[in-house]
Amino acid sequence: MIVQERSMALIQLANPSRFLALVGRVLPWLVVASLIAFAAGIVLVLLAPDDYQQGATVKIMFVHVPAAWLASLIWAVMSVAALGTLVWRHPLADVAAKTAAPIGAAFTFLCLFAGSMWGRPMWGTYWVWDARLTSVLVMFLMYLGLIALWNTVEDPSRAGRAAAILTLVGALNLPIIKFSVDWWNTLHQGTSVFRLDGPSIHPAILTPLPVMTIAFTLLFVTLHLGAMRNEILRRRVRTLRLLQAQGA
Amino acid sequence: MELPAHAAFIVAAYGATVLVMVGLIAWVIIDYRAQTRVLADLDARGSGRKAS
Repeated sequence: MIVQERSMALIQLANPSRFLALVGRVLPWLVVASLIAFAAGIVLVLLAPDDYQQGATVKIMFVHVPAAWLASLIWAVMSVAALGTLVWRHPLADVAAKTAAPIGAAFTFLCLFAGSMWGRPMWGTYWVWDARLTSVLVMFLMYLGLIALWNTVEDPSRAGRAAAILTLVGALNLPIIKFSVDWWNTLHQGTSVFRLDGPSIHPAILTPLPVMTIAFTLLFVTLHLGAMRNEILRRRVRTLRLLQAQGA
Repeated sequence: MELPAHAAFIVAAYGATVLVMVGLIAWVIIDYRAQTRVLADLDARGSGRKAS
């Protein structure tokens, strides 16, 4: 019964007009929630003490870690959307995938940049070709490849299928990124938050991390819904222009 | 007030964060205005009725 209700909700959302109405209602609340989460996160970051070894440089973690989380989360969202395109042929699936890619690329870039800003004073180098850094760089390049693919093929449905296949191939990189620090000997530190024996970070420094991660995630959801609305409007413009050209 | 050690790296990381976020927000807002303007133009010229 619940599955049937969920399926009905998905079918109803397949109607772009209903989706646009829903986005119009939800977006203002998401903007407010994002602002509150960022305000709380920034206060906690400012109040967080310096690390006894890293000093104030530890504060770079409060943007690096949430950006890294979003880099992988957004690829996972695109992978679900890719299944929606290839298996269920949901009309909004390729809209979701297409609009998530630039946001994912931006946050992956931010993850790499903030990481290198931390690496230079702490490791003595901006970059090393270790498994974690390299696999994230590969994901960044795949994001750029997806954006290029979307912009190369004019017909959105054809581009959507090709992009969906590339997205699912790229999803193989997600477990490599996650477990790279366990499978290989990396300069990048191992897992320090989600560990069986608890986080290895002092609570005073740990607390801002989840708050900033929630703020980043809320911002992503807000941006993604906004970008999806824009893409639906762009496709309406395209259809109207095609109709206009046929009528001329 | 004394700046912390490696302040330039911290400022660069947070500066890039602000730039990326402002850029993404501007991209969504500017694109929305552009699409609604074009749609309004097309509707004014009567294309909307043909499509519906």
